[in-house]
Amino acid sequence: MAELGDTSSILPLRLEGVGFRAGDQQLLRDVSTDFEAGAPTVVLGPNGAGKSLLLRIAHGLLDPTRGTVRTVGGASPRDPAARRRQAMVFERPVLLRRSAAANVSYALALAGVGRAERPARVAKALARTGLKTLAERSARVLSAGEKQRLALARAWALEPELLFLDEPTAALDPAATAAIESLIGAIASAGTKIVMTTHDLGQARRVAGEILFVHRGVLVERGPASRFFQRPQSDAARAFIQGELVWD
Amino acid sequence: MQSLADAFRAAFGLVVGLDPDLLAIVGLSLWVSGTSLVLASLIGLPAGAALALTRFPGRRLVIVLVNALMGLPPVVVGLLVYLVLSRAGPLGGLGWLFTPKAMIVAQWLLITPIVMALSRQVVEDLWAEYAEQLASLGASPLRAIPTLLWDGRYSLFTTVLAGFGRAVGEVGAVIVVGGNIAHATRVMTTAIALETSKGDLPLALGLGFVLLGVAVAVNAAAALVREIGARQEGQSWRS
Repeated sequence: MAELGDTSSILPLRLEGVGFRAGDQQLLRDVSTDFEAGAPTVVLGPNGAGKSLLLRIAHGLLDPTRGTVRTVGGASPRDPAARRRQAMVFERPVLLRRSAAANVSYALALAGVGRAERPARVAKALARTGLKTLAERSARVLSAGEKQRLALARAWALEPELLFLDEPTAALDPAATAAIESLIGAIASAGTKIVMTTHDLGQARRVAGEILFVHRGVLVERGPASRFFQRPQSDAARAFIQGELVWD
Repeated sequence: MQSLADAFRAAFGLVVGLDPDLLAIVGLSLWVSGTSLVLASLIGLPAGAALALTRFPGRRLVIVLVNALMGLPPVVVGLLVYLVLSRAGPLGGLGWLFTPKAMIVAQWLLITPIVMALSRQVVEDLWAEYAEQLASLGASPLRAIPTLLWDGRYSLFTTVLAGFGRAVGEVGAVIVVGGNIAHATRVMTTAIALETSKGDLPLALGLGFVLLGVAVAVNAAAALVREIGARQEGQSWRS
């Protein structure tokens, strides 16, 4: 049982036989994998494959209808101590109706960071994401790219061991996408394990160390990115890489 | 009886000349309705938010009930408060009947469901947008309540003003529990009712002007807050 202030590692995070059923639709089927410390893992697959659902289950936002998600210590991702070791950034980030700095500070407060320690960590997070000059700007008036950078700043400020990103650039233009990708690289180099979904092959090539290829709710392939792109093992992955499998 | 034009002229004179009787009545009105509004908000905002965020058996029934209570007839609320505060009633010992306190209680009962039902809707809409993000950040529903109330502040202010409008304009509850006693429990609405039936149209009209003015001011304030809120959101409010 994890104790308060426990900083023991949650990695590898293990998914075992994870399935998810909504009504009569089987959205995920028997997914088993480990998220291990190291280079970013990209969950790749066509629209509707179940990528976002997989992330939400791994993050503990949803319970699988079958199977389990466990940290290396055996805790559920919902466990408060395990929760504090991970963060998630959504395709459309929800920012609170307050300043950019206050958004970061709020997350730190929820994570139990003391009042005295927060300003320095907020300043650091905003500086690292290039938002220093926007600190006092209302978060809701930022541009889409700035909003997503602020969402990354908020997540990074928590110094998570594991960071989930759900299609973080799907709503952004190329310049903003490039900025987010370079931030993702920086966060990964600073020691945070990134697990992100994308349907964008180019992005997967740029970011991924490891690929999980998901198709129709099934984890079809898992392996190093270089091998996946050069020698995909499955017909579905081959078709997807060649741009023939856009829809599920 | 004077002509209508004379009545208007005299009423205007009372308002512009800041007639002391008129000022006292307006002051008591604002005090009674303002106090009930503050009390109703203290209970109604967190209760509405809690109702939006929690899931328990019978929740839908509670929501239907609270929504139904928004339409409570003021005179019935007055009657209930009268029964409770009358000498033979359970709280008769307080001696509140026919004092402003009884009127505050009655209006508080009247508008708490309004504040609660409207804030539940506002918070529930926000929650639909925020739930995943706040859960990801580790906020329990209880911890989310102040966050959502704060983030919904512009919409919630409008709901609170709706409650005020309802309170300051109602006559049924305050006349039953207050008794419309001059210099003690006479407020704008009860005074208008009385003066009209007595034929003192200038005072009734003067108070009517003020009451209309209050209604306009409340709506102007609501519009202003919406505009400020929209600017904070970076959206055009002229949509």
